[in-house]
Amino acid sequence: MQLALRDITKRFGALVANDHISLTVEPGEIHCLLGENGAGKSTLMNVLYGLYQADEGQILLDGEPRHFSGPGDAMAAGIGMVHQHFMLIPVFTVAENVMLGHEATRLGGTLDLDAARARVREISDRFGFHLDPDARVEDLPVGVQQRVEIVKALSRDAEVLVFDEPTAVLTPQETDELMAIMRQLRDAGTAIVFITHKLREVREVADRITVIRLGKVVGEAEPTASNAELAALMVGRAVELTVAKQPARTGDDALVVSGLTVTDAGGQVHLDDVDFTIRAGEVLAVAGVQGNGQTELTEALVGLQQHVRGSIRLDGHELVGRSVRDVLDSGVGFIPEDRQIDGLVGAFSIAENLMLDRSTDAPFVRRGAVQRDALEAFARDRLTEYDVRAPGIHTPVANLSGGNQQKVVVARELSRDLRLLVAAQPTRGVDVGSIEFIHKQLIATRDAGIPVLVVSTELDEVVALADRIMVLYRGRVVGIVPADTPRDVLGLMMTGERPSGVSA
Amino acid sequence: MTLTPQASPAPEQEEAPRTPADGQWHHVMRTVTSGNALVGVLAVVLAVLVGSILILATDAQVRETAGFLTARPGDFLAASRDAIGGAYGALFRGSIYNTRAADFQTGIRPLTETLKFAGPLIAAGLGVGLAFRTGMFNIGGRGQMLLAGGAAGWVGINLDAPRLVQLPVAVLAGMLAAALWAGLAGVLKARTGAHEVIVTIMLNYVAFYLLFYALSSQSILQAPGTVNPKSLPMDQNAVLPKVLGDRFNLHAGFLLALVAVAAVWWLLNRSALGYRFRAVGENPHAARTAGIDVGRTYVVAMLIAGGLVGLAGVNQVLGTVPSGVSTDLDAGIGFDAITVALLGRSNPLGILGAGLLFGAFKAGGFAMQASEGIPVDIVLVIQSLIVLFIAAPPLVRALFRLPTQEAK
Amino acid sequence: MSQTVTPASVPEAAEPVRIAVVSAKTTVVLAVLTLALAAAVGLAAQSGDTSFRLAVPTDVVRLPTVSVPSTATAWIVVVLMAVATAESLRRYLARRPTPLWLVALFAVVGLVGFLAWAAAGGTIPVIGLLAGSLLLAVPLVFGALGGVLGERVGVVNIAIDGQLLLGAFAAAVVASLTGSAWVGVVAAMAAGALVALVLGVFAIRYFVDQVIVGVVLNVLIVGVTSFLFSQVLTENTESLNTPPRLSAVAVPLLGDIPVVGPILFRQSPLVYLLYMTVAVVTYALYRTKWGLRVRAVGEHPKAADTVGIDVIRTRFTTILIAGAVAGAGGAFYTLVSVPAFNREMTGGAGYIALAAVIFGKWDPIRSTLAALLFGFASNLQGVLSVLGSPVPSQFMLMLPYVVTIFAVAGLVGRSRPPAAAGLPYRKG
Repeated sequence: MQLALRDITKRFGALVANDHISLTVEPGEIHCLLGENGAGKSTLMNVLYGLYQADEGQILLDGEPRHFSGPGDAMAAGIGMVHQHFMLIPVFTVAENVMLGHEATRLGGTLDLDAARARVREISDRFGFHLDPDARVEDLPVGVQQRVEIVKALSRDAEVLVFDEPTAVLTPQETDELMAIMRQLRDAGTAIVFITHKLREVREVADRITVIRLGKVVGEAEPTASNAELAALMVGRAVELTVAKQPARTGDDALVVSGLTVTDAGGQVHLDDVDFTIRAGEVLAVAGVQGNGQTELTEALVGLQQHVRGSIRLDGHELVGRSVRDVLDSGVGFIPEDRQIDGLVGAFSIAENLMLDRSTDAPFVRRGAVQRDALEAFARDRLTEYDVRAPGIHTPVANLSGGNQQKVVVARELSRDLRLLVAAQPTRGVDVGSIEFIHKQLIATRDAGIPVLVVSTELDEVVALADRIMVLYRGRVVGIVPADTPRDVLGLMMTGERPSGVSA
Repeated sequence: MTLTPQASPAPEQEEAPRTPADGQWHHVMRTVTSGNALVGVLAVVLAVLVGSILILATDAQVRETAGFLTARPGDFLAASRDAIGGAYGALFRGSIYNTRAADFQTGIRPLTETLKFAGPLIAAGLGVGLAFRTGMFNIGGRGQMLLAGGAAGWVGINLDAPRLVQLPVAVLAGMLAAALWAGLAGVLKARTGAHEVIVTIMLNYVAFYLLFYALSSQSILQAPGTVNPKSLPMDQNAVLPKVLGDRFNLHAGFLLALVAVAAVWWLLNRSALGYRFRAVGENPHAARTAGIDVGRTYVVAMLIAGGLVGLAGVNQVLGTVPSGVSTDLDAGIGFDAITVALLGRSNPLGILGAGLLFGAFKAGGFAMQASEGIPVDIVLVIQSLIVLFIAAPPLVRALFRLPTQEAK
Repeated sequence: MSQTVTPASVPEAAEPVRIAVVSAKTTVVLAVLTLALAAAVGLAAQSGDTSFRLAVPTDVVRLPTVSVPSTATAWIVVVLMAVATAESLRRYLARRPTPLWLVALFAVVGLVGFLAWAAAGGTIPVIGLLAGSLLLAVPLVFGALGGVLGERVGVVNIAIDGQLLLGAFAAAVVASLTGSAWVGVVAAMAAGALVALVLGVFAIRYFVDQVIVGVVLNVLIVGVTSFLFSQVLTENTESLNTPPRLSAVAVPLLGDIPVVGPILFRQSPLVYLLYMTVAVVTYALYRTKWGLRVRAVGEHPKAADTVGIDVIRTRFTTILIAGAVAGAGGAFYTLVSVPAFNREMTGGAGYIALAAVIFGKWDPIRSTLAALLFGFASNLQGVLSVLGSPVPSQFMLMLPYVVTIFAVAGLVGRSRPPAAAGLPYRKG
């Protein structure tokens, strides 16, 4: 089935998310939609899937104009989607998830689970997925959950399949497997839309590439185009793919972590006997697929985890067992991985957010009262210094773009006297301009002699920032390797394989 | 799709905006603190309108004339006018100024009654509102008031001391009892994650039976030689003084409520503690990450909130009804406080206004019942309708055909 | 640097590593309860025998009345409770959780001991106590089922109390007007659904916080029913507030089974309707297409939306059904309990039903059991006050509420509400 989008326009208030976007996807082709965060890719796909209604434009299937008032219509027309955030019910079994929405029933609306199990087995056998229809989805690894999503779409005989940023949660190996599945589907005649911002994947799998920027199609490219060409098209200017930095001038061991073990309330071990050291003036970047203990590591460093054993020593002072307040006061700066949940109070103004982790004493609080003049002067300075694009310091941060929100967090954390900076996913969901700015700030922090721990699931970012790279897998350190370690070795390490010559 | 005014520019982030686990409270905050004054006024108008229909529908005269509506429409209209005019006329005369009074002093008396009723509503409304701002729903106003009344009453009856000692001690004892009772809910939430809505509701009943027990025990609060669950009247030294002389019932409880408004305003808008309350209320995750002890903040906020609600209980026992503690001393204020806080958008000045309005309804409602025979429960209906309408601005806009707010 | 890849040296754990984490809460609670009974018996020893009457006069087969020495029995029970607590402690030290059967056994034994002590010198009508408990629990169970359905589809229904109250009102008026109690029940269900409709309009359509709408609706319904009661019902008691009753009817055969028969099958037809409702709700929720969709919407509405399920409509229809179920419970007050409506006659039962929902972990069967437990507690209080128990009645009346606080504070264990309960669904 051929899919064509004609002049799709979607507005949110004054903002034009999609501006007359046209796109054609042929059966048996993998069509890549490339664009940076916020370019409007997901909005376009939500229009296609009936989750949003387009303000203008048409969706055509095999030349027929179609109107989708909801995902049900889109699915009935043969469009399936593998969502970036899986649309699976965690407490349901695989079979229940797959059957949901088109349930086979017996007399009186009773569910026919046997039919659903058979359907799951049939499809997963066809692609060699080995899915257990009765497994609860929340118990499955992320990669397997994604396969459930694919089976879900295929069980409705989807002829157009949209993959929305599918590799964000996968290891390089799982990514390769996914690519193989996509090719297999393509060869079976499915039209595939592959949404991503990762250049490498595009070049590997795409038959055609459409690049969008700021809601507009800015061009088509061949899979043979170079990374630099694609990046320039995506961002609209030449992009430095590497971060300019001098070799690190490292000092003494500043952060010494030994035997760090973190469990959750249910007793599950998330971080298992981790040892590492960061010297002053050095960036240690943590690589690994999401969910391998990175979150727990950064949170344990700041005192946010409840069940921690082992030792975290910063300049000789033990941090384990101390409150978050104490840890922050001892000079730890923290950029949390999800700014909207952990980093900012959306309804608060920029100024109020800038005092979030200094709400007890000077300079912003004196004798129990907030020192508003001091705070406002401080906020105005930071706004300029960190290039936060906002109408003023009293703007609620919820009204800022992702990049500007992140700059507020970075500004707040770097404005304290730091002895350690912990940055988790510092540029997730941020535009390229802000990424460059934040990377420069991180390197500047390093150059000021402060130890920096960066966690990122984007291997490019890890390689760009790191002086040394630590790879985590299932809560354990696979190895700590130099920044110039080849990517394929890093990729293998992310699956738990330890190259010889590397010590844990 | 529906875009709400507060929706952040969704297409800017390609990641679906994740909702914090406590997102519903975030949503409460928005419901409670946003919106504009016009919607407030229209909500009141709408609620009064619905109240009018209820009065009309149940008025015997109106129903009778409705039977001959086609034959004699004039009678029906006249009867309707009489019923509504009578009701709201009585409401006005009972709450603002009695136009039928012989002299100004008698005429203005209803206004002082309004202020008297507003005092505890404002105090308790502040207690509920402060908890709201910290991200908690304090439905425990009733229990907190009952225990405050019990404690203040005990001191007011038993502490034999000069006025300068007995009155303040009684007031503080009441506030302290309520603070601890509310604090219990805070501790349970902080330590075990028990939802404060359930806990405070349950504590209402527990407090009721505790006070009931105390009032049934000669050794605690029950008036000697009686079998009724009621205490002795307050010692004269423990009664809140009348503000405008003995001709008016208005007592110092209202002044205490005004002081509380100012204090809570400063606390929320100027103090570091209030800043932390709001941070926790808006986003407990970010607050925790920034080193704020969320659990302790919940406890402290509930202690203060309870103290404020306790002030309402004290107001009743030592001011409005000093004739003795009983289990109905809360007079529904604990629940009214929720509507006051919602109408006032959890903002101290808004709560002051909402408290005055509902105080007027209360004063006028009793007058309406006395002179027109319309049950005072109509006030409850109008109050709750106001809050419902306030909470749903799009509904009010749709009903009045106002333009919808532009999405940002 | 030369690097070759060797097979993984990090152990491939198929299952995530787990360390047993066992809470001491249960053990602590058992210990506290044991000490409490020991203290009660030790400090306020009772003399005489306690009798447990197991039959009612109409039984075909009459079981004898069991008499036990009060204090001795109580002490034996204290010892048994201590043994159970010790077993729990042993398991805790061995990092194993206390099994549910132990807790249940502890509860039953403890209850017998408590009754033996509290009702010393008297006779406990066991049948009457349990049958009465069931009857008192009727509105709680209906309310809890309504609450479970609502929360399972993602709408927190605090308005159960309002649904019970308006249901009671509608049942009284309509049954009086038509002379048919069953038409009254239908009216009660319609009234409950009406409340749910308002809840839905505000909470689902206008995204008003569900807890706020629920609380305010309760106040509104207290106001409306009280207003109408004073204004209309009191003047026309004869025609509007004298409903026929749904009196007890014995089920043939089943009603003749000793002990069980009189408790379960000589009840008001509303109780039989209750049995059916529990069964139907449970089956529908877990075994049907409708139930699967309801649970999906309550857990992850967006996921449900993306497979073509109309989230808004599912939520609306489900809470209307939930409202009708809760409303049926309201009929208990005016058609079974007292044959007339009175202001605020539910006495906050809806909030207890809500507690039963949480106590029952959002499951229809467990919530029903929790509601029965609360019914038992309030009936026990009534029975004991007749017998002249040493515990002040106020403390007995407090019991369900205290139990609920303990429950939400931790005894429930790691319970998980439907993930999307309380959250409005906005598309996009």
